[in-house]
Amino acid sequence: MKGIIGKKVGMTQIFDESGNVIPVTVIEAGPCYVTQVRSAERDGYAAVQLGFGETKPQRLTQGQLGHLRRNNLPALRYLREFRVRNGELDVAEGQQIKADVFIVGERVDVIGKSKGRGFAGTIKRHHFNRQPKTHGSSDRVRAPGSIGAGSTPGRVIKGMRMGGHMGDERVTIQNLEVIVVDPERNLIAVRGSVPGANGGIVMIKPARARRR
Amino acid sequence: MTDLVKYLVEQTPDREHPQLAPGDTVKVHVRIVEGERERIQVFQGVVIRLRRGGNEANFTVRRIASHGIGVERTFLLKSPRVEKIEIVRRAKVRRAQLYYMRDRRGKAARLKERR
Repeated sequence: MKGIIGKKVGMTQIFDESGNVIPVTVIEAGPCYVTQVRSAERDGYAAVQLGFGETKPQRLTQGQLGHLRRNNLPALRYLREFRVRNGELDVAEGQQIKADVFIVGERVDVIGKSKGRGFAGTIKRHHFNRQPKTHGSSDRVRAPGSIGAGSTPGRVIKGMRMGGHMGDERVTIQNLEVIVVDPERNLIAVRGSVPGANGGIVMIKPARARRR
Repeated sequence: MTDLVKYLVEQTPDREHPQLAPGDTVKVHVRIVEGERERIQVFQGVVIRLRRGGNEANFTVRRIASHGIGVERTFLLKSPRVEKIEIVRRAKVRRAQLYYMRDRRGKAARLKERR
């Protein structure tokens, strides 16, 4: 099992040895604690639950505190599970996990919650095109256009792309390169952008995609 | 800027360039990488814009190339590719962004020297 929970801090850019600009997202990664190990026998699947973000004990419920107290852990605000594939279990409950689980140059997937856009129209949500602003059209500039035929079939087919709630959902960005790792400062920086607003909670996992 | 971002920016070595200001005529020595070879190219012109802000700080230089065609190039202030910046002349200007230089040509595009 390899993974860590972090907080998106923001973006900046750094220069590599030859002077190329690398856009990076700075993540405050860890320290995390293993709050629970889930096994296939007891829970039906193998996973490791990590906790991140130390907070005041009075911010948590007694149930949450009791769960953490089992391993004498501090009050942690965020708990996330990481599935264990091919049975490799190299962590124990109560263990601390720091940013150095990842190394520079490694490829990772980053999971976050995208920024909420509220009720968004078809142009923003599905990249529809605008209608003409001139030549007699009025009030139809951002309208979706036709959503189907007439009496036959007499209904709108399922899955028709229309306006609706957009964002604020779990998004995974695959195969980002790790550029900086500093376990003392709990810092991980990855190339490129990461879902969600600054201050959002992100999960970092080894990349699923096979490296070419 | 948050602390961790600030830390990364501070890790980037500072370049010892002279303090630039809009209106300065400068010679920018840029390292150009062409495959294996590297060479230095000099771009001389007037600084028409200076943007601060960490590693993204940049400035735009405008020069009049052949046939009176204006050419603008933006350089990153902290880039290691910018080898050296020489200030040739400093001019008195009353604006932070000298976009009006784009509409001027010939004699009208002169700036008064600062003393």
